Amino acid sequence: MTFHFGNPPRVAALAAMATVASVAVAAAQQPAPRQPPGPVRLGIVSFLSGPAASPFGVPGRNGAEIVIEALNAGTAPAPYNTVGLGGAKIEAKYVDEAGSTAQVVTEFRNLVQRDQVDAVVGYISSGSCLAVTPVAEELKALTVYFDCGTPRIFEEKPRKYVFRAAPHATMDNTGAARYLIAKKKEIALFSGINQNYAWGQDSWRDFVSAMGVLAPTSKVDKELFPKLFAGEFGAEISTLLTSKSQALHSSFWDGDLEGFLYQSEARGLSKRMPFVGTTAEASIWRMRDKMPDGTIIGGRGPNGPLAPDTPLNAWFQKVYTERYGTPPTYPSYQMALSVLGLKVAWDKAQKEKGGKPATDDVVAAFEGISYEGPSGPVRLTLANGHQGIQETAYGTYHFNKQKNQPEVVDIMRFPAECVNPPAGVNADDWIKDGMKGAKCN
Amino acid sequence: MLTALAILTDGLVYAAYLFLVAVGLTLIFGVMKILNVTHGSFYAFGAYGAATAVGIYYDRGLPEAGGFLFMVLLAMAIGLVLGFVLERGVLRLVYGKDEVVIVLVTYAVFLMLEDVIVLIWGPRSYGAYQPMVAAGSIEIGDLVLSNYDILLVAIAALVAVVSYWALKYTRYGRLLTVVIFNRETAAAFGVNVTLVYTVTFVIGAMLGALGGAMMAPKISVTLGIGVEVIVLAFAVVATGGMGSIEGALIGALIVGICRAAAVHLVPQLELFVIYAVMALVLIFRPYGLFSRAAPRKI
Repeated sequence: MTFHFGNPPRVAALAAMATVASVAVAAAQQPAPRQPPGPVRLGIVSFLSGPAASPFGVPGRNGAEIVIEALNAGTAPAPYNTVGLGGAKIEAKYVDEAGSTAQVVTEFRNLVQRDQVDAVVGYISSGSCLAVTPVAEELKALTVYFDCGTPRIFEEKPRKYVFRAAPHATMDNTGAARYLIAKKKEIALFSGINQNYAWGQDSWRDFVSAMGVLAPTSKVDKELFPKLFAGEFGAEISTLLTSKSQALHSSFWDGDLEGFLYQSEARGLSKRMPFVGTTAEASIWRMRDKMPDGTIIGGRGPNGPLAPDTPLNAWFQKVYTERYGTPPTYPSYQMALSVLGLKVAWDKAQKEKGGKPATDDVVAAFEGISYEGPSGPVRLTLANGHQGIQETAYGTYHFNKQKNQPEVVDIMRFPAECVNPPAGVNADDWIKDGMKGAKCN
Repeated sequence: MLTALAILTDGLVYAAYLFLVAVGLTLIFGVMKILNVTHGSFYAFGAYGAATAVGIYYDRGLPEAGGFLFMVLLAMAIGLVLGFVLERGVLRLVYGKDEVVIVLVTYAVFLMLEDVIVLIWGPRSYGAYQPMVAAGSIEIGDLVLSNYDILLVAIAALVAVVSYWALKYTRYGRLLTVVIFNRETAAAFGVNVTLVYTVTFVIGAMLGALGGAMMAPKISVTLGIGVEVIVLAFAVVATGGMGSIEGALIGALIVGICRAAAVHLVPQLELFVIYAVMALVLIFRPYGLFSRAAPRKI
């Protein structure tokens, strides 16, 4: 007689049922696993077409991609090594800023009302920022500007939903004046060539005012305002060649900057006077040995080669360069600074309130924060905590032929309180009144 | 004295630039009565083509002199292909329609070609400075002149002379003149107007591309360069007389000299002076300096 311990298939089935049942019981005794939080939707707006795409828009977008991917993967350096915003992954929608101001506003409304984004980070043109600001306030939409420079956004009236972590344009020109005077103490005559629109006019006004305060005996020689994207600068170069100026200030960018430098270098202008380029940092990797040695380089803050040597900056430089084949320039830094600022505020709000924070909670958490970006520390101390200030830096360009790469040497750093107006003071008035309260030591 | 010399040389260089970008536009308008906004795209494609050619040529370490020739030839070849495709593929379909419709069609094509540039070359800007650097410079007192600028003036003068000679003294030029005066009569006398249109448009496109190629070493070749050029070209063509090559030349010279004088003497007026000249001319000669008397059709 053969003894069978039951029917093997039936035994297997019973064992399986018991296992399932025990697992189910065990599972029922465990707390239910938390659902991963839904994604945070961000609208990222920058120029993806048109003349501003190459120098600003695309580097800005690239900066956002790098930072958002690292945040979502939790691979950004500390203190940003937690996933996304408050643990929720970021879903970014990239939108082109090109087009009329009306179109920019329409696209902003689409992002907020149709796409229901949680926040918008973007905008390069000051015109775009000025147009979007009242709409952002009307829609109660959290908006972080990353590159536009006009101080008017917060000077016209207080804002609640609009922030700008990157400093405004005033420090670009006060910093340029301080660096120039430090390097050319006896400067008597200087000229300027700036594009004939608000950016160029405001930059020149700030620079001249700052020179008037810091070097009262110096005088303006030539004031040149070619039209935006003029392309041909022969007459301007001749005018400067026949002048006695000792320095040339310019807020030219991209095509105008590079075209002017190609043409002026062919005619030897840089041997007569140094070029003080407040945004020239954005062009050094394209122009390389065609950027004249001795050019005074600004990068709208301590960005690119002017950035401090920190682990966060080293990480950003490395990841960006490996991904895009060229080092990040200042718009990439400004975008990174803006997205990280949003993360700091979001995480803070979520920690305080629990769960996904409401827009007003993030706004409250954003006001007046201080944090570290790839370009160093930033403090939102102006405009009731909505406008950031940073130190700035200027340096002198040198193309290192042995290493076959651009270098910025002789870097001088100016503390944030040295080149920015104090809270509550209009930037233009601050310079004209002699930059009272500036703390430079 | 030095300032006067600077105004003259700068004016000539700027006029050469204006003439090169305007001559193709005025030729197409003169023959086909099309205000061709796409001309800005021809300029942009010429500049991008030139930048590509310069990149290919100089990266291989070939003799410097050939780089300029390669740049110009490649840009004009791009103009030829682009002009032919647009004329046969698009404009042929709208001949006979209202002039405003045709302007809108060329504007639409212009916008599409801006995106085509992004698709081909991406959003980054390009430098094509090597021919200008290779050309060197000369010094006259405190003034340093780029030899490339002198070459630019010479090329513009050559284009003006060849255009004048071709229109006045060649068979094709005479056929063109007949079509300019009256298309229907020309067709009735057996002139192949369709062929004249195609050839004219292609030549206009090649001239636009030549303008872009000649300017590429001086500028940063970047998105949107065609937009700026088309506005200036219209101002020059309107000043000189729509459809007149002599008008484009004289218009470019007047605007170029006046602008150079403004930059040297009253820089605040630099932007204003180009359009002030145009307005002043149009007040006294509403059809431009070299407009033809139009026969009244009954």
